[in-house]
Amino acid sequence: MSRIEGYGRIDRSRHVTVTVDGAAYTGHPGDSLASVLLAHDARPANTGVKLGRPRGIGASWTEDPTGLVQVEEPFPEPMLLATTLEATDGLVARGVNGQGRLSEIPDLARYDRLHTHGDVLVIGAGPAGLVAARTAARRGEDVVLVDDRPTAGGTLTGTETIDGRPSLEVVDEIVAELRASPNVTHLQRTTAFGHYDDGFVLALERRTSHTDDGGLARRSRQRVHRIRAGRIVVAAGAVERPIVLEDNDRPGIMLAASARDFLHRYGVLAGREVVVFTSDDAAYAAAVDLHDAGATVQVLDARPTAPAVWSRRCADRGIAVTANTHVHGTRGPDRITAALVGPERREVPCDLLLTSGGWNPTAHLFSHVGGRLAYDPSLGAFRPAAPRPGVEVIGAADGTFGLADILRRAGGAGGADDAPHADDEPRDPTAVLWRTEGDPARQFVDIQRDATVADIARAVGAGMTSVEHVKRYTTIGTAHDQGKTSGVIASGITAELLGLPVEDLGTTTFRPPYTPVAFAALAGRERGDLFDPVRTTPIHDWHVAAGAEFEDVGQWKRAGHYPHPGENMTDAVLRECAAVRTSVGIMDASTLGKIDVRGPDAAVLLDRLYTNMMSSLKVGRVRYGVMCGNDGMVFDDGTVLRLADDRFLVTTTTGNAAAVLDWMEEWLQTEWPELRVRLTSVTEQWSIVAVAGPRSRDVVGAVFADLDVSNGTFGFMTWQDTALDGVPVRVARISFSGELAFEVSVSAWYAAAVWARLLEAGRAHGITPYGTETMHVLRAEKGYPIIGQDTDGTVSPHDLGMAWAVSKKKPDFVGRRSFSRAQNQDPRRKQLVSLLPTDAATKLPEGSQIVRFADDGRLPAPPVPMLGHVTSSYHSAALDRPFALALVKGGRERIGEVVGVPVAGELVAALIGETVLVDPEGARRDG
Amino acid sequence: MQLIACPWCGQREEIEFSYGGQAAVAYPADPASLSDEQWARFVFFRDNPKGPFAERWVHSAGCRRWFGAVRDTRTYEFLSVGPLSATTARPSVLPEATP
Ligand SMILES: [Zn+2]
Repeated sequence: MSRIEGYGRIDRSRHVTVTVDGAAYTGHPGDSLASVLLAHDARPANTGVKLGRPRGIGASWTEDPTGLVQVEEPFPEPMLLATTLEATDGLVARGVNGQGRLSEIPDLARYDRLHTHGDVLVIGAGPAGLVAARTAARRGEDVVLVDDRPTAGGTLTGTETIDGRPSLEVVDEIVAELRASPNVTHLQRTTAFGHYDDGFVLALERRTSHTDDGGLARRSRQRVHRIRAGRIVVAAGAVERPIVLEDNDRPGIMLAASARDFLHRYGVLAGREVVVFTSDDAAYAAAVDLHDAGATVQVLDARPTAPAVWSRRCADRGIAVTANTHVHGTRGPDRITAALVGPERREVPCDLLLTSGGWNPTAHLFSHVGGRLAYDPSLGAFRPAAPRPGVEVIGAADGTFGLADILRRAGGAGGADDAPHADDEPRDPTAVLWRTEGDPARQFVDIQRDATVADIARAVGAGMTSVEHVKRYTTIGTAHDQGKTSGVIASGITAELLGLPVEDLGTTTFRPPYTPVAFAALAGRERGDLFDPVRTTPIHDWHVAAGAEFEDVGQWKRAGHYPHPGENMTDAVLRECAAVRTSVGIMDASTLGKIDVRGPDAAVLLDRLYTNMMSSLKVGRVRYGVMCGNDGMVFDDGTVLRLADDRFLVTTTTGNAAAVLDWMEEWLQTEWPELRVRLTSVTEQWSIVAVAGPRSRDVVGAVFADLDVSNGTFGFMTWQDTALDGVPVRVARISFSGELAFEVSVSAWYAAAVWARLLEAGRAHGITPYGTETMHVLRAEKGYPIIGQDTDGTVSPHDLGMAWAVSKKKPDFVGRRSFSRAQNQDPRRKQLVSLLPTDAATKLPEGSQIVRFADDGRLPAPPVPMLGHVTSSYHSAALDRPFALALVKGGRERIGEVVGVPVAGELVAALIGETVLVDPEGARRDG
Repeated sequence: MQLIACPWCGQREEIEFSYGGQAAVAYPADPASLSDEQWARFVFFRDNPKGPFAERWVHSAGCRRWFGAVRDTRTYEFLSVGPLSATTARPSVLPEATP
């Protein structure tokens, strides 16, 4: 046991039991998993990812490059740091050999997000952050303070003196004041992981990690805070920098400040026989504290002379201090048993080697928003170079390391003079030392990636001169810790090998997230049914009850077909098609986009946007219309009903409803603002039920008794208003199948009732509900293209054989000029045609390529010239055979030609024909 | 996430907005009189400067109104926003609005 009485902020009156690699360990609330293991002189059974060498715990918080575990209980999670996991009863984990394993059971925990706004966001509740937050709060600002550790205070150990009192007393006092301030939001266990434009910061709060039951029943497990603040204060501290030496990846090698943190935070002594190897003053505090807690300690200082004050403190305790000395390597079967000291590599027995090469300011969150960092040779690190509007970096994050200075400046940053006081400590300059002499192949720079000085040398040898390239070549800085301890050293060693100053080389760019964030947290509640909104029609429940198979069209759920028991999709669709062509079918067309176009200039706007003339449409009539982009390519199609001189109802394809409205708005607002027109989406307000087939007149006539549905009174492409039990209904004679057909429109509230009435009236005729699959077959038999299926943004109305829908009278409309471009006149353009496989049996897969036969009936030698591709392909009940629509180069010229379609390695012959395969005379549309 | 100041709604998050490309590209007064190349220049070609750029934006998930902006393409910073000016002459050959 290495638990030391009188140290630590754990609750020794209570116990928790954790299991690591099958062994149970007892700890206390307040422990981390790492501190429990160290208290038992244990470590996770970790090995390096490439070389398989054993790994221990190298630091006490997120900078640890080695102590990764796979958590099994309470919920499986891969690659978490033992140092950041709070020890809770029942926690089960095991070491990882470089790779974790994703959970195979669903995560039932909730994750959520919260938006927070404030005048100032302070990141880090160490001495600098606390003072800055208090100053702002006292000024009446709305303050958000976040800190990633369980408790505030940063790296304060409690041994420091602030305002003449123990430092943590002052911390508690400030925290209490902040808690009592209504204008302060103070969140611990909350990591600011990304900083974006205009004062936007994402922070992850761990809300249940410290409770034994996970607290999942009552609260979300993690919460992403989306914080927007007028001013961001980065007080994220600094991370100690190790010194690279041979075999520095062994268990028992740790950052000096981390050993001190383990002692003061958890009451754990990480080793009994300690060698401290440093080029910076701060490590002496670790030496002194570990000695005072019972360890045997000696200090090896790489600098020519040891700092006077610390030397005296060490001498008082009998701690040997040797200046001008390097550790060159380590020895041990597994855990370190000796440091190899000096050029002669003298063995100095130890069970813990602490290294400290100075400090790297944690300026990640400054860098995320483009804050420039510059190398400071006095630190051997990169620090903020120039201020950025709205962002302040204070404390150690700015390269200020003395507590007295930190407190003074943090108070100053807030513009107050009530900052707490600490006495100045003399501080000797850090000596910049990236590595000592040794075998580069065993000098680990990124211990998690098993990347060594030799790897950097290889990168430089391969000609790389940028740290960004070296990073990608060596993978240094790409692990879970994102190079918190290795990044600057990698720059330093690369510069050394290139013979360049580090300041010229620079460092790699910091990018979010600062620490790993679970995808579940980012997804929040937007998973499962809430992943994407689902739109259903008012008749949806009926479709479900009828056993429909649904098709996703954008966000809509559309009934695709209604299989009877024992039917597959092909059977069902053939049956539904036959019903429409022989009797009557009914389809929910509510998802069609609908736009109300209203105003004195409504007809003018539509004339400019549709290829055909809409102003000549008479009230009471319906016209099919095509819209093109400026490039003359078909963008959407649909019907236009003229409701009044100044009012039209435009329908769009289901998937394009929003895009068409946007398109119309764009022209109206940006190009023709003088037109007096208003556009309103009424897609959700109106439901449409299509009744199609030779018996449709009987059905519609029976339901709407006030309507004269005879062909003479109610002609094709006209509409009439009527009512059902006082509810307004609009009926239009529109057909997308070539059959006699009606579209019944009614307020969405009454759609299910109207659907039921139509079904009831149709029962005598065997009315058959049909879905989008059947609708697709019926329209394809008539050669009606589906925009977005038979077209792809390179297809003009002429390519579709729709020159009839392009007005020759209008002087201009959107896309018109493009029709006369040379490219559009090219007779080799792809044109829509039908394809009939000559075996009358093969259904050509949609997307199949179309090729010309060689003379011997085989595929020509590569490169095989492509003629086009299959866009739609179905079995036809009416034709009793499969058929397809296709875009074929010069297709209409090739009508009557037989082409080849490779299907599953075979070349299937197919005859090119006109697009209309059923009822080309149009005899069926009037019933 | 950037804040964009809609001239009508004020500052909103960038996901509420859609980009509409270069501003002040006037629809040609008489497309029929243009050569194929001139027309293609209008349809397919836009400036791509490094620095301030006059653009069109629409507050898609807000008031749905279009507006003009000058944005620095190096920093994404919006230098100014305002209503779309009458920079786009209406083509004379289009159908006339009723008086
Ligand atoms: Zn707006």
